[in-house]
Amino acid sequence: MAPALETKSLVKRFGALAVANDINFTLERGARHALIGPNGAGKTSFVNLVTGVLTPSSGDIHLAGESITALSRAQRVKRGLVRTFQISALFKKLTVLENVTLAIAERVGAANDLWRPAGHHRDIIEEAYDLLVPLGLADEALRPVTELAYGRQRMIEIAMALALKPKVLLLDEPAAGVPPRETGAIIETIERLPADIAVLFIEHDMELVFRVAQRITVLVQGAVLVEGTPAEIAEDPKVRQVYLGESKH
Amino acid sequence: MSDFFSITTSILFHGLAMAMVLYLISVGLSVTMGLMGFVNLAHGAFAMAGGYTLVILMKQQNLPFGVALLAAIVICVVLSLILERLLYRRLYGGDELDQVLMTMGLIFASVGAATFLFGPVSQSLEPPAMLRGQINVLGREFPTYRSFLILCGALLVTALWLGLERTRFGAQIRASVDNLRMAQTLGINTSQLFTVAFALGSGLAALGGGLGADFLNVGPNYALEYLVYFLIVVAVGGLGSIRGPFVAALIVGVSDTAFKYLAPQYGAFFIYAITMAILLWRPRGLFGQSA
Amino acid sequence: MTDLSSRDLLGDRKAVIDAFARRHRFKWYEAIPWLAAIACYFLFESYHALGAQIFATILFALSLDLLIGFAGIVTLGHAAFFGVGAYAAGVMAANGWHEPLSEVLVAAIVAAGVGFASGLIVLRTAGLTLLMQTLVVAALLQELANKWSSVTGGSDGLLGMKIDPIFGLFRFDLFGDTAYVYCLAVLFIGWLIARNIVYSSFGRSLTGIRENTNRMHAIGAPVDRRKLVIYTISAALAGVSGALIAQTTALVGLNTLALSKSGELIIMLVIGGIGRLYGAFIGVPLYMIAQDRFSQIDPIYWYFWIGLFMIFVVVFARGGVLGVFERFNQRRRSR
Repeated sequence: MAPALETKSLVKRFGALAVANDINFTLERGARHALIGPNGAGKTSFVNLVTGVLTPSSGDIHLAGESITALSRAQRVKRGLVRTFQISALFKKLTVLENVTLAIAERVGAANDLWRPAGHHRDIIEEAYDLLVPLGLADEALRPVTELAYGRQRMIEIAMALALKPKVLLLDEPAAGVPPRETGAIIETIERLPADIAVLFIEHDMELVFRVAQRITVLVQGAVLVEGTPAEIAEDPKVRQVYLGESKH
Repeated sequence: MSDFFSITTSILFHGLAMAMVLYLISVGLSVTMGLMGFVNLAHGAFAMAGGYTLVILMKQQNLPFGVALLAAIVICVVLSLILERLLYRRLYGGDELDQVLMTMGLIFASVGAATFLFGPVSQSLEPPAMLRGQINVLGREFPTYRSFLILCGALLVTALWLGLERTRFGAQIRASVDNLRMAQTLGINTSQLFTVAFALGSGLAALGGGLGADFLNVGPNYALEYLVYFLIVVAVGGLGSIRGPFVAALIVGVSDTAFKYLAPQYGAFFIYAITMAILLWRPRGLFGQSA
Repeated sequence: MTDLSSRDLLGDRKAVIDAFARRHRFKWYEAIPWLAAIACYFLFESYHALGAQIFATILFALSLDLLIGFAGIVTLGHAAFFGVGAYAAGVMAANGWHEPLSEVLVAAIVAAGVGFASGLIVLRTAGLTLLMQTLVVAALLQELANKWSSVTGGSDGLLGMKIDPIFGLFRFDLFGDTAYVYCLAVLFIGWLIARNIVYSSFGRSLTGIRENTNRMHAIGAPVDRRKLVIYTISAALAGVSGALIAQTTALVGLNTLALSKSGELIIMLVIGGIGRLYGAFIGVPLYMIAQDRFSQIDPIYWYFWIGLFMIFVVVFARGGVLGVFERFNQRRRSR
């Protein structure tokens, strides 16, 4: 069976600057895979390329064996490629429940319905609510997102991604900006994600990376430096150099 | 053949003069847009204020052209600084819609204020004696005032470009347009920078409005009537660009003159069509940063 | 929209879902504008003509609210569709087709066509470029109407319109009695349509686009198509509004396409409150009645004061009349 996600010789240049330099990357089905690297290594650019925010200069992206390079962002989502954002990108003034219903309405195609009131799609609302319960967000379903603590907002990010029933889930720094006492809940949530979803997450929090990831890829200057199991990565001299080098300044 | 040559020269001449005026007025808008993403629809009101001040000071106070022009610039800069402190500042980094609404309100207020102060009829500029009539360049007659306009514009544009390229202030502006957050972390006082850029832009607009009073009639509806031209120059040039608007102003100035001369029955129709075509081709303008 | 933050609902699955699913139901206060309109018919008999204008303009403002307030598409050229509708109805009426309802229908279709075609081009951009392009579309049409005077009457305006009685029964009279009821009825239909759209799943997704376009892309929404659809619908409603004005005043001029028309409309909407569906019902009457009063006293001051008022609303009274009312209500409740 083809891997969940695969990039082949992926290149993206802005003038002389290459943010993705010949990236060959494979995400196996059901994987828990971490993408790490120093700031400016091109991690978020990689996510943007894969999800279609950026168009690659050359190379190919495959989802479950089929090329999606030419598809729009929306079409990729429809095929089960879903992402979250590094900085919470929610509908801030809308309620938690509304955020999730918007995602479900897109997935089931109800959002093209011009005439029936949204409230008549009761199944969507129920599904959204039931998704909030295990994430501990049900009590806040009717509160506007802005009223919630940042850690809780990160959970809504994940809830919205799950609402789209992803096959491949890209988590862009799920714990970024979250106070340490709240990261535990996020790690637990990621650990509890359904096993059939292939998860790729970008993260700086090494505790999270080494607790969750089964494989780790290290990206430096837009290129893959090394890939391996957490144990291999922890021992790799090149990786140590990159991270020690970074910690010098 | 010589007819064709003569017409072409004439169109280029008048088009260039108009481009200078449009550029002087619009460049400030491009910079404020690029710096703070502020949509200042009322920018034309400063040009109008410059035009009125110049005309009124010359007519009623009998001030000489140069003095009146300088006074017009100073008055507009002060006016813009007051408005910046009082109103604009509150909406920095805010909602684009609020900026549109507030500056739309300013436009309407400027229409009312100008009607009240100067009456509904538009004012005409009487150039000083030495700038009237025609001058002879290479065996051809050109209107003196417009030749002066082109010369003035060329000097100002050169000074502006050199200033932005060679001075510390210019470097700060360019850095901030490029990446505001980065500029802030480098210790550039972007708030102060924006105030200065805003004042400079308004001053240039006043200058353009004053000098260009014989292209763009100084009447109460000024800010509303010519808004489309200023926006075209900025959007076609590319937001935040300094040179882009100049190219755009040239395109607008020359083609507007050409069509009004060659096909007056279509009015401004072609300018609008060309604008749409360019943006269809390059949605971020000719010199806009690409995604 | 409805206030859903009542704390006592929290934790109860059915109650929460019910509250959320019932948002689109009619609330008692939604009847106020219609009752007021009916009452005004009997109270202000000499103002029926003005009333008809107000209703038609409310429809115009409502169509703009769908764009600015719900989809977040900020436009300076909405008068384009109003003008196209007015000219469509006017040209028909001046050239031998006198039946009013079919004129309205044609106006809606023509305006929708122009909205769709221009939307294909302008909606690809955002911010200042979008503002400029919407403005240019209106200016282009205005120039077209100006120069194509054999059909449009050019700068003299379109004259010689003749309108048959509605259903062959109700003749347009000098006092505007018929026009009042006619415009009110069409506004009611337009409002029903707009309201339905706003509360539909499609309408909710528009709010999503306004709040965070990138996120809508990320949840797989065809953002550009959604914008184009609402742009077309909004254009059609604006076209209907233009047709109503043309029919009830028997005059169409170049000013129907002008930037000042779009600008004034925005001001009316802001005064009432943007993105609230009812802002148009408050802002338009306030503006037009005040204009009717003050312009008789001193028309010169009108633009000045209205401009100042607009600045005041944006800087100090965000959300217009309805916004202030909502904040007042919240404060009262939290006490």
